[in-house]
Amino acid sequence: MTRPAALVIGGGIAGIQAALDIADAGFKVYLVERSPSLGGRMSQLDKTFPTLDCSACILTPKMVDAGRHPDIELFTYAEVTGVSGEAGRFQAQIKKKPRYVDVEKCRGCGLCAEACRLSGRIASDFNAGMGKRAAIYVPFPQAVPLVYTVDPEACVYLTRGVCGKTFKCQEACPSDAIDFTQKDEMVEVEVGAIVVATGFDVFDARRKPKFGYGVYPEVITTLEFERLASASGPTLGKIALNGRRPQKVVFIQCVGSRDKSIGVPYCSRVCCMAVAKQAHLAHDRLPGAQITVFYMDVRAFGKGSEEFYDRVRQEGILYRRGNPSEIIRRGEHVVVRAEDTLLGEPVEVEADLVVLAVGLQPRPGAEALAGMLHLKRDDDGFFQESHPKLRTMESGVPGVFLAGCCQSPKDIPDTVAQAKAAASAAMILLAGSRREHLEIEDLRVPAL
Amino acid sequence: MLQIESRPFALEHGLFACIQCGKCTGGCPMALKTKLSPRTVIYRLLVAGNGFDLEGREELWDCTTCSTCYSRCPKQVNPMEMIIALRGAFVEKGRVHPNVKAAFESTFRHGNPLTMPREERRAWAKDLSVKPFETGVEYLYYVGCTPAYDPRGQQVARALVRVLQAAEVNFGILGEHENCCASEVRRLGEVGLFEMLVEENTGLFHELNVGQMFTTSPHCFNVFKNDYPKSGMQVQHYTQVLAGLVERGALKFTGKLEKTVTYHDPCYLGKHNGIFDEPRAVLKSIPGLKLIEMDRSREKSLCCEGGGGRMWLEGTNPNVRLAQLRVQEALATGAEILATACPFCLLTLDEAVKHVQAEEKIRVMDIAELAAAAL
Amino acid sequence: MTFTPRIGVYICHCGINIAANVDVKAVAKFAARLPGVAVARDYTYMCSDPGQALIKTDVAELNLNRVVVASCSPRMHEPTFRAAVAEAGLNPYCFEMANIREQCAWVHPGGEAATLKAMNLVAAAVAKATHLQPLETRQVPVTPAALVIGGGMAGMQAALDIAEAGFQVTLVERAANLGGHAAHWHRTFPTLESVAALVKQLVDRVRAHSRIQVLTEAEVLEVSGYVGNFHARVRHPAGVADIPAGAVVVATGFEPFDARRKPEFGYGAYPEVITTPDFERLVASGSVRVNGHAPKQVVFIQCVGSRDQSLGQPYCSRICCMVTAKQAHLVREHLPDAQVTVFYMDVRAFGKGFEEFYDRVREAGVVYRRGNPAEIIRRGERVVVRAEDTLLSEPVEVEADLVVLAVGMVPRADTPALAGLLKLARSADGFFMEAHPKLRPVETAMAGVFLAGCCQGPKDISETIAQARAAASAAMIPLMRGRVTVEAATAFIDEELCAGCGQCAAVCSFAALALHPVRGVMTVNPVLCQGCGACATACPSGAINVKHFSFPQVMAQIGALVDEAVA
Repeated sequence: MTRPAALVIGGGIAGIQAALDIADAGFKVYLVERSPSLGGRMSQLDKTFPTLDCSACILTPKMVDAGRHPDIELFTYAEVTGVSGEAGRFQAQIKKKPRYVDVEKCRGCGLCAEACRLSGRIASDFNAGMGKRAAIYVPFPQAVPLVYTVDPEACVYLTRGVCGKTFKCQEACPSDAIDFTQKDEMVEVEVGAIVVATGFDVFDARRKPKFGYGVYPEVITTLEFERLASASGPTLGKIALNGRRPQKVVFIQCVGSRDKSIGVPYCSRVCCMAVAKQAHLAHDRLPGAQITVFYMDVRAFGKGSEEFYDRVRQEGILYRRGNPSEIIRRGEHVVVRAEDTLLGEPVEVEADLVVLAVGLQPRPGAEALAGMLHLKRDDDGFFQESHPKLRTMESGVPGVFLAGCCQSPKDIPDTVAQAKAAASAAMILLAGSRREHLEIEDLRVPAL
Repeated sequence: MLQIESRPFALEHGLFACIQCGKCTGGCPMALKTKLSPRTVIYRLLVAGNGFDLEGREELWDCTTCSTCYSRCPKQVNPMEMIIALRGAFVEKGRVHPNVKAAFESTFRHGNPLTMPREERRAWAKDLSVKPFETGVEYLYYVGCTPAYDPRGQQVARALVRVLQAAEVNFGILGEHENCCASEVRRLGEVGLFEMLVEENTGLFHELNVGQMFTTSPHCFNVFKNDYPKSGMQVQHYTQVLAGLVERGALKFTGKLEKTVTYHDPCYLGKHNGIFDEPRAVLKSIPGLKLIEMDRSREKSLCCEGGGGRMWLEGTNPNVRLAQLRVQEALATGAEILATACPFCLLTLDEAVKHVQAEEKIRVMDIAELAAAAL
Repeated sequence: MTFTPRIGVYICHCGINIAANVDVKAVAKFAARLPGVAVARDYTYMCSDPGQALIKTDVAELNLNRVVVASCSPRMHEPTFRAAVAEAGLNPYCFEMANIREQCAWVHPGGEAATLKAMNLVAAAVAKATHLQPLETRQVPVTPAALVIGGGMAGMQAALDIAEAGFQVTLVERAANLGGHAAHWHRTFPTLESVAALVKQLVDRVRAHSRIQVLTEAEVLEVSGYVGNFHARVRHPAGVADIPAGAVVVATGFEPFDARRKPEFGYGAYPEVITTPDFERLVASGSVRVNGHAPKQVVFIQCVGSRDQSLGQPYCSRICCMVTAKQAHLVREHLPDAQVTVFYMDVRAFGKGFEEFYDRVREAGVVYRRGNPAEIIRRGERVVVRAEDTLLSEPVEVEADLVVLAVGMVPRADTPALAGLLKLARSADGFFMEAHPKLRPVETAMAGVFLAGCCQGPKDISETIAQARAAASAAMIPLMRGRVTVEAATAFIDEELCAGCGQCAAVCSFAALALHPVRGVMTVNPVLCQGCGACATACPSGAINVKHFSFPQVMAQIGALVDEAVA
């Protein structure tokens, strides 16, 4: 008998959308997210292209809906550790990692984090390594659930066995929610369908050493820029490096994409538009700054995208065709060296901020997940769809569907569409359960 | 050194919208024979930061302002206006060709760039019983400097008058009061002189209460219609008037003209203003006339190199003349007459026919002349 | 018994979105002093869980009976807060929002004036809140069937999903055959598979499916009703059918750009110049011949009718770079001796396998030249493409005996008519407008009507299929639930004042008003009524009010604004 429930692995916008659709149709959904909160990459963005919607503003209603939905059971800070069975009847083991905070009692007030001995000392993953937090944290203010989590790799007590005479966090907590006795908790669920929506990672820009990422403080990635530009980021939305506002900003496209020399021949699809948006934000927030984008082809293909690209150029942002070769230091600045292929001349552009448009990659855990679910992966490590035209949301394993960037890079509208498509495929499978359980007659409309 | 502040210039002229697709240069008639590349000029301005040196860029004076670039740009950048503005930078520093300087001075002093006396502006019409324009006359026929003073141009004006009189059109002329329209002055970048003439001319038209006017030249037509301040005065090219008369039956041809004719679309009528059909309608209405089209017709018409001040400038490659290429194209159709509707096209094509020694094979004539011949 | 309002007012910071320009603490202080207000607070993110918890706790502990949140646009979070209020035990219509973000903090520079305006807006919301009444929402049953308009790839896929899930589907196609535009294509990109085979897969499954009723040579004449209960009148060869449906999917596709609108390319004048759809048919026929012989010089021109403001077509048509790459590859396959050149501006090979295919096409000997050609002229037996090669910085003339124009996609000519039929909005590019460009790519402003495929914007087969399945998912939700909640804020008529003149019915787009045969007054069908308010404005007697926007409620808002402005 088909279990009328689905497991959605990944709580970014893809997972959230798939879960909402399946649950709205009346089926139970287990939504598992490895980090402490729903939201995924979209929650790390400041504004989205081409509409310049505030990303958190359009995402949080969906996060809240998913968190509150009567038919969605949310497992955050949890991972799927094993799956067995077949389409219609999968058994999945979910490991709930210990937060060391009682989710029933925590009000999200944040006094624990203020009191923590390591407050302001731990690099924030959510903020792409910039900005600091405490050993007890929420990743961002609109987190769902808004419950604090202790970072087991940072917490002094968990790593060294002792935290002074008292736990500062426990002392500060008005709800008595800190609980260091928590352990991993295993839960087993039975579902009819699985949707994989585990998202992406970004290219490690250190693999292109000629750009000096990690060496020159002026050189950052688009993800880091996004955090700088965000109201919830380490600088509260001020685009500044070490307190100084840049005046000469250079964006470099295709870093870790379209590059056979390092084994990433594919296009990451979203970076042209992400850079256009970020160039616009830079222009908006840094009056008088000179902004240059070095590109090979401007891939502004989506609805409203070409028009946005037109707008961004009209704001005085200079697009120069050429893929820079290297970045070198020159005094207080760095210099980007490229050939401007439209002039047919080598050029050197001085910059005090260089943003590398890093490509999208599969997550490091993709291999393990693929093993667990018997999923195939394509040459680039993304999950392989069962047909490139007709079945991009199907994995080839019956009952297991794909949604979002874990299958291949894509922007938010394409992610949402694919997530809904995966949901549709899942719902068809699960609808069979209703017919089995309830023997509903197919209602027919009289034919002509 | 002739520096301009390129960043504000680029912003003012919308150059940042350019995606460097090259459609402008690809279609530019002058790119066929010079190194003028509107795209490259735009790009160099964009990447120059805030200081761009115009020194040595003589090809900027090759531009005929035909507007092929602007009419085709997918991002609606206007390279032509950019070039005119760059010429303005040269003009401000007095860096203009002596011919052009002379033309400016003549226009300023005598109301025409041809160094002809103002008093003789009406001489072309002396025996034609053409009345002066005053309030109440239906149309002002604005003759223009070349048709007023140039002997070949005068033939066109005279032919047009005969056609208008045959159709009983109520029109008058300004005679010695007619001042240069300043179209070429503007295209050559002399903004101050242009503004002065605009003021004088609009003052005069206002004073005389001009409701409707038509011109011999598409250049005058274009500048009055599009560059002068909007005033309610209706501006037409004479081919539009004739086409209207033909359609209403007010212009009838009793004679015929059994010739094969091919029509060269003047840039200022066609590319600038989209007027392709009215001139053809007039030609087709002439009994016996057979109209045959060149491959390069309508939007693809090959510029004769007469506009943009080029009547006073040889340019950087005088050895190749597009007008001669055009005449070859016309000859290839087998036409006996190469018709046009612009005095500059008329003069340049006429000269080209002589240079390629084809006077026996083809004649260049204005539509007004063809219509007059069939009256 | 008089009603004593106890209003809770919550001023949201929205991070720095509001707080940067509006002094939210001052607004909260101001709100606390307004008549009827029991408590006023400010908080960083009202939409978050703790923000909502604030409301719920106050409702319980302070006995609030009305709630006002001053934050973003109601279009963003009204449902969120209504749900929170409902969870706290209040009727969701006892809640009012003041938009101090999109209508204040985001559009004015920060400072005193912005804060004052925010205060005014809050005062207005509070004034209205004192007049709010609880409203009952209703649930209506859903017809377990769907109507799909359009029988191309999108329509067929949507129909299949919905039918597979157990519902009856009527698929209406205007032409005689299913398959849409794809039926005329030869090969896919990037895998070069037979498109006919893919189309056939879908057509066969659709035809074989017992729950899909296919009507070809058919046209939708009218659609009435509302989500869960649509009625369509469809004309087909044998007559007119009445089709009931719980959801409608619009999958009407696109048209190719008419290349005659770019006369400088000579399409229609030169036989050597064809379009990409023409080429697809040519190559499908098995024989690529122009003027009776196999071409030796083939030139492709990208972006014909796309990315072109001079024609009013500023948008990118998304697929043409790949269509051209594929066709260039087919030329190399069929005519190994032919030289192939592609003139482009940007090569948009963005999808899975696309960049690799572009690499492969270049390796097969296709020359990509950067430049957007200006014109095509004849030269003897051939034509010449004039362009500037922007990478050489030189004007070039390329002779060709076949030029293929990569024409873009435009909305179908009947789009305005179809839009009128279903009250669909259109985007600036003329395609149907989705409810939200990021998060709601298949929904429309009309509940129960969904979009699939190119009628919403250019896309390739894989994106079309994904979006069609997405539309199916959206359509299936009400079908599977079996019930939908209907709008509660509908019009109501004061029968004492109503003269039965019918002006209201004349302006109603939803056919919700009718004359009562016995009482001689107008009546509102609360299920059809969408609460738009047109009738209330049209009524000469002032007999119609819209619930939640009644005359006293709106006047209270206006009064508060005027009073505050004077003060």
